[in-house]
Amino acid sequence: MEQTLNGIQTGSVYALVALGYSMVYGIILLLNFAHGDIIMVGAYTAWFLMANLGQSPIIAVVAAVIVCTLLGITIEKVAYTPLRKAPRLSLLITAIGVSFLLQNLAQLIFGAGAKPVPPIVQIKSLTLGSVSVSGNAILTIVVSVISMLLLTILIKKSKMGKAMRAVSEDTEAAQLMGISLNKTISFTFAVGSALAGIGSVLYCAAYPQASPTMGGMLGLKAFVAAVLGGIGSVPGAVIGGFAIGLAEAWASALGLSVWKDAVVFAILILVLVIKPTGLLGRNLQEKV
Amino acid sequence: MKKTAKKLPMWLRYLINTVLFVALLLSSTAFVNSGSVSPYHTKVIILCGINMILALALNLATGYLGQLPLGHAGFMALGAYSSAIFMRYITAMPGVSASAIFPLGVLLGGVIAAFVGFLIGIPALRFKGDYLAIITLGFGEIIRVVLLNIDDVLGFKFTYGAASLKNIPKTTNFFNTFLCVSLTAYIIHTVMKSRHGRAILAIRDNEIAAEACGINTVYYKTFGFTLSAFFTGVAGALYAGYLGVISPGAFGFMKSIEILVTVVLGGMGSMLGSIISATVLTALPEVLRAFSQYRMIAYSLLLIIVMIFKPSGFMGNYDFSLSTLLGKLGGRTGKSAVPEKEGEDNE
Repeated sequence: MEQTLNGIQTGSVYALVALGYSMVYGIILLLNFAHGDIIMVGAYTAWFLMANLGQSPIIAVVAAVIVCTLLGITIEKVAYTPLRKAPRLSLLITAIGVSFLLQNLAQLIFGAGAKPVPPIVQIKSLTLGSVSVSGNAILTIVVSVISMLLLTILIKKSKMGKAMRAVSEDTEAAQLMGISLNKTISFTFAVGSALAGIGSVLYCAAYPQASPTMGGMLGLKAFVAAVLGGIGSVPGAVIGGFAIGLAEAWASALGLSVWKDAVVFAILILVLVIKPTGLLGRNLQEKV
Repeated sequence: MKKTAKKLPMWLRYLINTVLFVALLLSSTAFVNSGSVSPYHTKVIILCGINMILALALNLATGYLGQLPLGHAGFMALGAYSSAIFMRYITAMPGVSASAIFPLGVLLGGVIAAFVGFLIGIPALRFKGDYLAIITLGFGEIIRVVLLNIDDVLGFKFTYGAASLKNIPKTTNFFNTFLCVSLTAYIIHTVMKSRHGRAILAIRDNEIAAEACGINTVYYKTFGFTLSAFFTGVAGALYAGYLGVISPGAFGFMKSIEILVTVVLGGMGSMLGSIISATVLTALPEVLRAFSQYRMIAYSLLLIIVMIFKPSGFMGNYDFSLSTLLGKLGGRTGKSAVPEKEGEDNE
């Protein structure tokens, strides 16, 4: 039971990060390897403001989200826009390059060791019968569910959301309808990175430290979650995120904690072999 | 008419190449062993050779086959571990000379990596692009986690997990590295010049068109991937014999990326590019020890800049050919596809 709650808590962080992957992939078919490292930057921002400048957690959270959003847009403008017409392999390799650049810059600036992030919230744990639920877990789950609902409304109701859906359906037709491709793509990166910023703070609430390589595994698992749920699909990413979080927690509960990375990738491979588009994915037919 | 009249006969070309290669191999080995190259430099040269094999192998999968596998460190780990365990057990027997049995260990490393590569390739190669990248990455991570924890499951000491496998006979020397690099280059070169190689290139250029022309794309993709895994395993085996100590941590995702950087910078689809960039990227950090903390930053910046401004890498898909070179020098127009030993590309 406790492990299940842990799983839901990590799962909701994965889901938030997976949404970013999924949206970017849906719109420009790019596996944004740097997404995980944006989370790392968010965590360092929170750490820097709280531990070094003594700011309140709320300022730290807002700053982390803003920094992540700006970083996401900058990466898109500098590294991905020049390559929009290039083969997908070049784009993917560039994304890997950006990811490693961020990791190594962080290592150079902050050192290789992990930095302890002060507790962001202090909520007393709830006790329901025999199970005690930590305040962090509740906050994480509530915040991520609210973010996901807001995102769904944004995509379904707003004008920008409509543009995003149009671009991901058919880029050229969307342009002919007068949708600005550059604006829409930048907006997608901004939203995805803002979600990563929220995710980074929630991740720090659960595992209170920031290290240069923290984005690597987290990003990979979130990507696995996005693929698992069907990439390009918002509910898919959420389901995938929770599934990965639960699988990890249950693997730990069974005493297999050293194997949990392998379990996650094994699930990914199984799902892809059985249903290559993921659980809720659209079937994309490649045209000649 | 004019062209064919001036061509050298085929057997003579083979003979010239073989003689040149053997002469180069023997003279450079003698030179290295004569003591005029310090042990430190010999080590750097051997490491260059191992990285060359890795780059050549990944170039086969990325540059020629057009896929992006990110799990090659896993194959390297398999090659390293299988050869290391084999060498440890076999040299424990009396009357076995480690250096005499080493070729067998290298071959075993390659074969096991190729076998796993084949098993992984069957499901993984059904996917394209990013999916293939992530699924091979997954397999690579699984291999690493298994090597790290297999001892607890089996209950006896096998890979020694995170404590690292020690006391591997140090059998990698200049001669057998040189030989392996040359053989790798030679085999990949001849395969790529054959009709199998043309099928692989056709898949890279347009998979659907290749399939429509009657090329068995599944077969050739698996074939290219398995061959690539084989040579990566060979490099792993040499690496184990070079260091004498291996641990799963050395074969993580970072290692796969390092190999990828080498291939991309050299130019995807150019063997000469892979060899040059492997040499430069191995030797340069040794020269610039003082700036070692900036190394990875420089790598990643280089990767982004090359992708934006010169996506074909430094050598494009240019490949070295002795006969073309001689033809240019001698004013001949002969541009024939001679399967040659690439011995002259080394160190």
